[in-house]
Amino acid sequence: MTTVTTQIKLTPEHSARPGASMRSRLQDALPKIVLAPSFAITIVFVYGFILWTVYLSFTNSKTFPSYALTGPRAYQRLWRWTFESDPPSSWYTSITNMGIFGFLYIFICLALGLFLAILLDQKIRGEGVLRPIYLYPMALSFIVTGVAWKWFLDPGLGLEQTLHQWGWTSFHFDWIKNKDFVIYTVVIAGVWQASGFIMAMFLAGLRGIDGEIMKAAQIDGATTFQLYRRIVIPLLRPVFLSAFIVLAHLAIKSYDLVVALTSGGPGGSAWLPSNFMYEYTFKRNEMAVGSASAVIMLMTITAIIVPYLYSELREKPR
Amino acid sequence: MSVIATPARQSTGGISARTVNRILIYSLLALFALFYLMPLFVMLVTSFKTMDEIQSGNMLALPQAPTFEPWLKAWGETCVGLTCAGIKGYFWNSIKMVVPAVLISTLLGALNGYVLTKWRFRGHTLVFGLMLFACFIPFQSVLLPMATILGSLGRFGVTLRNATGFSFGLGNPTVNLVFVHVVYGLGFTTLFFRNYYEAFPTELVKAAQVDGASFFQIFRRIMLPNSMPIFVVTVIYQFTNIWNDFLFASAYAGTGDAMPMTVALNNVVNTSTGVVEYNVNMAAAMIAALPTLLVYVVAGRYFVRGLMAGAVKG
Amino acid sequence: MAFLEIDGLRKRFGSVEILKGIDLDLEKGGFLVLVGPSGCGKSTLLNTIAGLETITEGEIRVDGRTINDLHPSKRDIAMVFQSYALYPNMTVAGNIAFGMEMRGVPAQERQKAIDKVAKVLQIGHLLQRKPSQLSGGQRQRVAMGRALVRDPKLFLFDEPLSNLDAKLRVDMRIEIKRLHATTGTTIVYVTHDQIEAMTLATKIAVMRDGEVQQFGTPAEIYNNPTNLFVADFMGSPAMNLIPATIGGNGNALSVVLQREAREPISLALADAPTGLSAFHSKPIIFGVRPEALTDPEGAERNASNIATADCHIEVVEPAGSDTFAVTNLGGKAVVARLRADANIQPGTSTPLAFNLTKAVFFDPATENRIL
Repeated sequence: MTTVTTQIKLTPEHSARPGASMRSRLQDALPKIVLAPSFAITIVFVYGFILWTVYLSFTNSKTFPSYALTGPRAYQRLWRWTFESDPPSSWYTSITNMGIFGFLYIFICLALGLFLAILLDQKIRGEGVLRPIYLYPMALSFIVTGVAWKWFLDPGLGLEQTLHQWGWTSFHFDWIKNKDFVIYTVVIAGVWQASGFIMAMFLAGLRGIDGEIMKAAQIDGATTFQLYRRIVIPLLRPVFLSAFIVLAHLAIKSYDLVVALTSGGPGGSAWLPSNFMYEYTFKRNEMAVGSASAVIMLMTITAIIVPYLYSELREKPR
Repeated sequence: MSVIATPARQSTGGISARTVNRILIYSLLALFALFYLMPLFVMLVTSFKTMDEIQSGNMLALPQAPTFEPWLKAWGETCVGLTCAGIKGYFWNSIKMVVPAVLISTLLGALNGYVLTKWRFRGHTLVFGLMLFACFIPFQSVLLPMATILGSLGRFGVTLRNATGFSFGLGNPTVNLVFVHVVYGLGFTTLFFRNYYEAFPTELVKAAQVDGASFFQIFRRIMLPNSMPIFVVTVIYQFTNIWNDFLFASAYAGTGDAMPMTVALNNVVNTSTGVVEYNVNMAAAMIAALPTLLVYVVAGRYFVRGLMAGAVKG
Repeated sequence: MAFLEIDGLRKRFGSVEILKGIDLDLEKGGFLVLVGPSGCGKSTLLNTIAGLETITEGEIRVDGRTINDLHPSKRDIAMVFQSYALYPNMTVAGNIAFGMEMRGVPAQERQKAIDKVAKVLQIGHLLQRKPSQLSGGQRQRVAMGRALVRDPKLFLFDEPLSNLDAKLRVDMRIEIKRLHATTGTTIVYVTHDQIEAMTLATKIAVMRDGEVQQFGTPAEIYNNPTNLFVADFMGSPAMNLIPATIGGNGNALSVVLQREAREPISLALADAPTGLSAFHSKPIIFGVRPEALTDPEGAERNASNIATADCHIEVVEPAGSDTFAVTNLGGKAVVARLRADANIQPGTSTPLAFNLTKAVFFDPATENRIL
């Protein structure tokens, strides 16, 4: 019954006076009038602009937009670059980095987040102190995170130098300056920033599990390890899904982190597709190619998000 | 939920397995606390050191002669690009951008959430779905058209100013950024308020209707006074997001005096002329981080709830 | 002309029909209870009367005036909600006065009205509190106060007692009944609790799947249910509905009840309904309320048609004021209501008296009463 009772509608006032009925008709339409600007803005500035970007990707726009369609040339170039691995094209580097970064970032954040959440859930004294310490990096911008880690990982000033001073002179860690390893420093900084938040999500999930289920499992003789593997982690499935969505979304948007941490890395070796898009569009005057790469990013995230949103919106009572 | 400790078994050494377990757990937790604290700690101590100490000393050492000089320099003197007047101007730029953007997007989100839950119409799920999806798009896919539109509006603003002596904010980078952040923040604010109002008792709205309250009277007198928690969450979320934004800021206000804080900080750090003043860089980074850290410290509970609301629906 | 008239009311959501042609009327000062299981459309019907939901077809008139298209606040109604719907940000006084405030009533008059209602409901000491500081019963009173202060033509109650505990519910039920008696207002009241319906109503409409199954006084509904649904829904413990066949010959019909591993019971009917002869040697549903199935000493003295049969008792439930005994007839558990001190043991056979004057018969195919 609740599904239907939530549908309230003002009925127009039944009246012979035309003025009053005009007013009440206005009252009737008011909710839609209030929502309309936001909806229009979304349609124009999100969906309209996406179409615009798609259109641009089929032109030969360079520095300035050109509106003569010239076919899928930009996509053909991206496709060619996809296989240009020696020497790697910028696009090849970007999507390879995306693969490495995306996989490691999501995987480590999930694993570390779950691990820390389980540890923190063992009736820890001082949980109130530890939790905010794990979580605060999420309050920082990618730029600040990048600046901090850039300093921390700098071979001449940071960790390497410190360990040398402490006597471990053979220690060598210059990934941030190494074109083959620079992407892994982005992973480290990214994980540092987001894993605490993922921990908080898992912790909330753990606290939401019915304690009686746990007691029942213990009476059934499950060890702590079995308890988590067989009962708790399967029950956390929805949290895994939400955390995955958040991380995938953050990973594809991670433009600022690469810029602040590595300035793109030696020879653009730390680029992600988002950096590729920005550079090609605004710096290299290849607007069509930039647009095409943006469209590919959008399609990737759409493939992940749309099924999720669809199921979320459907599950709830209409 | 918590695991009830398994009965302590006495190990041969006399220390129970449980004790070993606890020590292991606490050590791991402490180790990770170090991992999370280290960069902030390094940033903080470096910002209070002199350049000499940085070059000769240890990154982790506490400053031997703590000095505020780097902070003052970052605030008032350091060079951002070619201008050397510190980052204070850019800090205020960010404030001037964040405050209106947060207020407008939050208020619109509240109205949208109200309509989408209490004044439903055919197709309301589709409308909400379309607005929600907008939260997740990579902004790269709208970056270029927005730049084009903002450029045209800017040119129109110049024409307007020539004709009327006033540009009505058109072409002003701060106004542009406020607009952009409102547009692309609407999805999130609507999501927050929709989910909150979804659980808000509809009978209250019905009772108010029977009492003769109008659409806006119900919103102002019934909904708003009972929405404090979600207001705090939304404001914090929007504040953090907009303050920390770099992509839009660098694309639409990447040069000149209107740069927001994040872009200015990146410029300070990446200025390649002269000696790199790490202490000043770190002080600048700390200043850029302070507002959001402050929000986090003061309202951490709401901060987490906001992040979670953005992540987990309902 | 009745005070409240509902004619051919239909309500559709898309292709789903929630209300399928409702016709009801209520005299001035009457107390109409809409009762039925959840999802039967009773709350929707109340909401359409309130104007909180639109109607697809039909007409609603109050005191001769059609109110179909009026805004809720213009219908001269007041409503008490299931959750009470007290505005959490306002004091009790603010809650009661909100409607007057919206109508632009001056503050002085509002205060006078608040005081008057507070006196009637004895909530004067609560006026400056917030709803969160009130107990369930107090909230209920405030919600009624908010309705009373409007002095409306029609009171609407949407399951107002379902959030209270059992004892408080009985108290408030009596209070509502007293309020109705003293103020003489016209009330439409929705509940899923058939005891509330029986005790409060002057008229009951039993609803199912958007249709009124039976509309009548509580006694009519209880004693003469028109179909199986009404018979089963009204009354607690529920009426025994036993599959049976009609036996006997032309002018002396009897009801035959099958038993497990025992002879069938045959009960002779003295004044069977005329329609029953058409069901000779056919299956029917035999309905008898627990209070019409008792120990022979406890049976109604002046009932004209009592038949006694030995029954095997399976379970005995002493309930204090009565003792309930469960036996098995026609493959169904059948409840008999005995005197509290009836000496009866489970596993034994005992004679039970069937008061056939109160018995009813249903056609299993149409589920309608056989008259």
